[in-house]
Amino acid sequence: MDELDRAIVNGLQGGFPLCERPYAEAAARLGTDEATLIARLRALLADGTLTRFGPLFDAVALGGAFTLCALAAPPDDFERITAIVNAFPEVAHNYERAHRLNMWFVLATEKPEGIADAIRRIEAATGLAVLEFPKLDEYFVELRLTA
Amino acid sequence: MNDAELVRALQVGLPLVPRPYHAVAEALGAAPGEVTVRLAAMLADGRVRRIGAVPNHYALGYTANGMSVWDVEDAALAELGPRVGVLPFVSHCYRRPRHPPEWRYNLFAMVHGRTRAEVAAKVAEIAALLGARCRAHDVLYSTRILKKTGLRFGI
Repeated sequence: MDELDRAIVNGLQGGFPLCERPYAEAAARLGTDEATLIARLRALLADGTLTRFGPLFDAVALGGAFTLCALAAPPDDFERITAIVNAFPEVAHNYERAHRLNMWFVLATEKPEGIADAIRRIEAATGLAVLEFPKLDEYFVELRLTA
Repeated sequence: MNDAELVRALQVGLPLVPRPYHAVAEALGAAPGEVTVRLAAMLADGRVRRIGAVPNHYALGYTANGMSVWDVEDAALAELGPRVGVLPFVSHCYRRPRHPPEWRYNLFAMVHGRTRAEVAAKVAEIAALLGARCRAHDVLYSTRILKKTGLRFGI
């Protein structure tokens, strides 16, 4: 990653222009040109530095629903439980964490009523209790990562 | 073109071509300027949080990701939650329900760092800020990403 890549990652996390030639406009701000910026973005996406490039939608504002859930998978059965949980399309992210509650996943559904249904089906498929941690209040200002 | 079609078309990302919004409009059979007009409206009302690059924490070296959880007096949360949320190293700071006796914590703050020591130092800063109105805390480090897909939404 060179200086231009760093400037792209740090400087383009928001505020990408809404105009006919947005890459050209953003490139000018970064001191480069349209073709170079597009090529750099393509490379940063290909090597995994960027997860994606474009609009970040707020699923809740779009009418969908999200919730954080956790379960305690028996350590010697962890891989099997992981496969069962991950097979649910409603499971968007799933992390193993060092705790008795060792599996933490985010459920995302198009409608709020889909959440309870997905939890019931995950509990039935795994035979494990799922704890639900819906957000009750939000306090964060969006994180800007520095490369 | 309706908003749902636009969201679906853009979830994979903005096309990497000189006129990306025109390309999306054309794919959806809409007038060239319609995509930017709709995105501007979605930015204004919060359906779009931002437009730009979404970095991969891990690729940038932020490999220590600790979910810090705090048992804070309920009456103090409205004051203390926002003070934790504005810390530059905290993302996704939420009040969430307790599940006693298994789970006593009601404040969740995701802390990102390049090492666990860095995360631990940041967690100590939060502990100092919360003071006596926090009765207990823990940090759950992620040990593995089991799934990260499909979902293109910010949370």
